[in-house]
Amino acid sequence: MERGETAVRAEIALRVNGEERRVVADTRTSLLDLLRERLGLTGSKKGCDHGQCGACTVLVDGRRVNACLALAVAHQGADVVTVEGLADGDEPHPLQRAFVENDAFQCGYCTPGQLCSAVGVLAEAARGWPSHVTADLAADGVELDEAEIRERMSGNICRCGAYPGIVAAIREAAGGGTAR
Amino acid sequence: MRPFAYRRPADARAAVEAALDAPRAMYLGGGTNLVDLMRLGVAEPDLLVDVAGLPYDTIRETGDGGLEIGGAVRNSDLAAHPAVRRDRPMLAQALLSAASGQIRNAATVAGNLLQRTRCAYFQDVSKPCNKRIPGSGCPAIEGDHYNLAILGHSAHCVATHPSDMAVALTAFGAAVHVEGPGGRREIGMPGLHRLPGDRPEVDTVLDPGDLITGLTVRPLPFAARSRYRKVRERASFAFALVSVAAALDVEDGTVRDCRVALGGVAHAPWRAERLEEALRGRPATEGSYAEAADAELDLAEPLRDNAYKIPLARKVIVRTLAELGG
Repeated sequence: MERGETAVRAEIALRVNGEERRVVADTRTSLLDLLRERLGLTGSKKGCDHGQCGACTVLVDGRRVNACLALAVAHQGADVVTVEGLADGDEPHPLQRAFVENDAFQCGYCTPGQLCSAVGVLAEAARGWPSHVTADLAADGVELDEAEIRERMSGNICRCGAYPGIVAAIREAAGGGTAR
Repeated sequence: MRPFAYRRPADARAAVEAALDAPRAMYLGGGTNLVDLMRLGVAEPDLLVDVAGLPYDTIRETGDGGLEIGGAVRNSDLAAHPAVRRDRPMLAQALLSAASGQIRNAATVAGNLLQRTRCAYFQDVSKPCNKRIPGSGCPAIEGDHYNLAILGHSAHCVATHPSDMAVALTAFGAAVHVEGPGGRREIGMPGLHRLPGDRPEVDTVLDPGDLITGLTVRPLPFAARSRYRKVRERASFAFALVSVAAALDVEDGTVRDCRVALGGVAHAPWRAERLEEALRGRPATEGSYAEAADAELDLAEPLRDNAYKIPLARKVIVRTLAELGG
């Protein structure tokens, strides 16, 4: 791949929601644009395109990341899960159910990112990862109280201000079981 | 965004060779800053050399109580490591106070060190900036600079280094491992990041092709009593206006040793050497902490709208040391 003023293209093979996908794309393509424009997975949203709003959050190899700041070409062989891959068939993910039950959205635009981010938060808490507001850094476990959830979800903006519902939904899902 | 070629070398030597192959090659780690700068038109690499997959993604405790940290370790993994949380709280707190969970999961340690300033003029290609276009001028000096430097700035640049992690590493005096065209070498912190002088376009002492493969944090037992405190405009997901990393060794009410570094105040993470010197051997009291803080902050040269950072830094230093001193 040598550079001219014209686009450089590369073949990108990765797994998305359990399915092997293979796409030839411009090296400039973000993972978000690959998902939305090339694979038709429009659940992940483009808000700011600068990693500040979190609407594009997906899980890469089990970790939440901003798909807008991820270059698709740098994700050869990655295992990507988007909001479309959270449910188990017709059975919503426990967080999806909790979001509905707790009025955790209004317009819904940020919701796919909020959901993927929350899945990541539960997994990080299950591993005992502390946060900026964790009092005892050396403690083995962490309880996801309101302050912990608010801090850990600070990379996801909701312009409708549905934060109380989002926090309640994540608290419910955190108390009700483990992260998928 | 300009087109770029992409390569994923198998090892550090191949990465260095690849980076020397193209005039505007850049290394790609997590991409959390670089991809954004490319989208803004601030960075225009013709080749990205992806080093995130190189085998520098481990954290190893050395026999003497030190820590070897790979350059490709993700910020979130370093923050979660038991030896960081237990023995080096100021490093864990610095990492956890930075960015968002998503960004910490992607950002690498080496990339964190090499992130660029968030000065609004640097990030806006419609405006002049000596760091982006040498000789074009620094509008921040007369313009919006309330969040910029009070220490070590120049007539050419008043930008601040944005990293929190680097502030804690500077307090530790970490050693940065570099693989370069001339072989391997180590660079101590402080010492990796430059002050702007008349060449603000150069952030660090690294040469073209130099790759940060990792760093060593040598044993500092008293850092088990350390803290990172960050003042920012929001409770979360914001850069520091002022931050302090501090470790304090007190015996019988006297400061035996201390490490203090400041963030948000200079073009480089700022090791407060005068403060440290003024505090060693002094009683562990708020009066001593304030005097020592003043010894450092006497060097400050505030701009029109950021003089508030001096009393703010003083208070943050005194409060943090007082908490550590008991």
